Amino acid sequence: MMLEAKNVRKSFDGREVLRGIDLEVEKGDVIAILGPSGSGKTTFLRCLNFLERADAGELVFDGEHFDLHAASRADIARLRKKTAFVFQNYNLFLNKTVLQNVTLGLTLGARMRKDAAREIAVKALEQVGMADRLDAYPSQLSGGQQQRVAIARALAGSPEIIYFDEPTSALDPELIGEVLSVMRLLAEAGMTMLVVTHEMDFARNVSSKVLFMEGGSVIESGPSRQFFEQPKEERSQAFIRSIIEARK
Amino acid sequence: MNERLWGILVDSFPKLLDYGIRVTVPLTVLSFALALLISVIVALIQYAQVKVLRQICRFYIWIVRGTPLLVQLWLVFYGLPSAGILIDAFPAAVLVFGFNEGAYMAESVRGALESVSRGQLEAGYCVGMSYMQIMLHVVLPQAFRTAFPALSNSLISMLKGTSLASTITVMEMFRQATVINGRVYESLGLYTEVALIYLAFCTLLTWLQRIGEKKLASYGGEKA
Repeated sequence: MMLEAKNVRKSFDGREVLRGIDLEVEKGDVIAILGPSGSGKTTFLRCLNFLERADAGELVFDGEHFDLHAASRADIARLRKKTAFVFQNYNLFLNKTVLQNVTLGLTLGARMRKDAAREIAVKALEQVGMADRLDAYPSQLSGGQQQRVAIARALAGSPEIIYFDEPTSALDPELIGEVLSVMRLLAEAGMTMLVVTHEMDFARNVSSKVLFMEGGSVIESGPSRQFFEQPKEERSQAFIRSIIEARK
Repeated sequence: MNERLWGILVDSFPKLLDYGIRVTVPLTVLSFALALLISVIVALIQYAQVKVLRQICRFYIWIVRGTPLLVQLWLVFYGLPSAGILIDAFPAAVLVFGFNEGAYMAESVRGALESVSRGQLEAGYCVGMSYMQIMLHVVLPQAFRTAFPALSNSLISMLKGTSLASTITVMEMFRQATVINGRVYESLGLYTEVALIYLAFCTLLTWLQRIGEKKLASYGGEKA
């Protein structure tokens, strides 16, 4: 087991958002976290990378235990070296060029030499098809291009797992495809990914497993295929039906 | 215009300009540097919500913004000696101008810091940067751009404000004008002349501001 989250709990102002979430991730897994809005998917993902402090919960990563509520700053920094996060609204550094966006974490965070960082960055940008825009600023790029740069920034740190928080939700419909195809390539290359998404085609065709959440609890989890073809729980069935309805 | 007045204006112009460049400009530059330092520190303390220090900063802003600049100047220069604290006129002026404008600028800088999306900070953390690194390389540069017009305003207002230093015996450009006027008694002409020199200085600053804004605009529009 590469990653294991146990009993993750979180409340905002007395409202329980996560009611004890468990998750197991094997190396190479691509797990889609599905569920209606407000089900706690994003909060759960953010807790795993300490962007949000859980009220309780444990994370086992590569055999090392982290207290999701009380981990020290040094523990968090060590964990984050092995992970990467892709945000819904990209969060590229607005005052930095495409290249700098990718190298900054390497030169400052990982104290890498500039030329070595540049080499890694260019390679990562080639992977997402953005190596021809090294000197562009985020404001000069489309949303899809920004998100691809953000994925390159995530890749550059050579993480063991990448968390995606609704990576295509802020995009215009015609730009979603380019981001999804980059993610599909990553998945095929064996990258371990945890993806909060509303893209059912991605969940069905690319992800290997599904975690279906509602009201802060896991309703059902299992192989994607099984989830979409023979959902066990009634609420999963209702969710899948509602999506098919919405398509029509 | 009669010949006498014209002669006085022509004679006084280089003297006034000389005091402007040798005293008013350094006084402004030093005071502004101090104000900038104070404002960034105060704004960062409030942005990071450092507990006790934050209260102290609020208190400082409250006091400084709630009392007249002239009174602050006189308090420091004429008042403090009675408490055993003697400060020369020029450094006293720098101190008061710096702390005074610093309070206003701190609010501009704080507002600009808060306008930078929290996501920038989160993204920095996720690629392994420390808080200080993110502030230094990502958040402060963006905040500086947002605050730049307001800070330029403060600089211009400070340049004119330094004329108040004349009331605590600092021989700067305006006091020099009053000294010359004391000899020749041509208030209208001399004070118009000194006003025009201030105007020229401020015009230069406005021009510099525009260049600065253009430079800072290099990374494009304000997008979240």
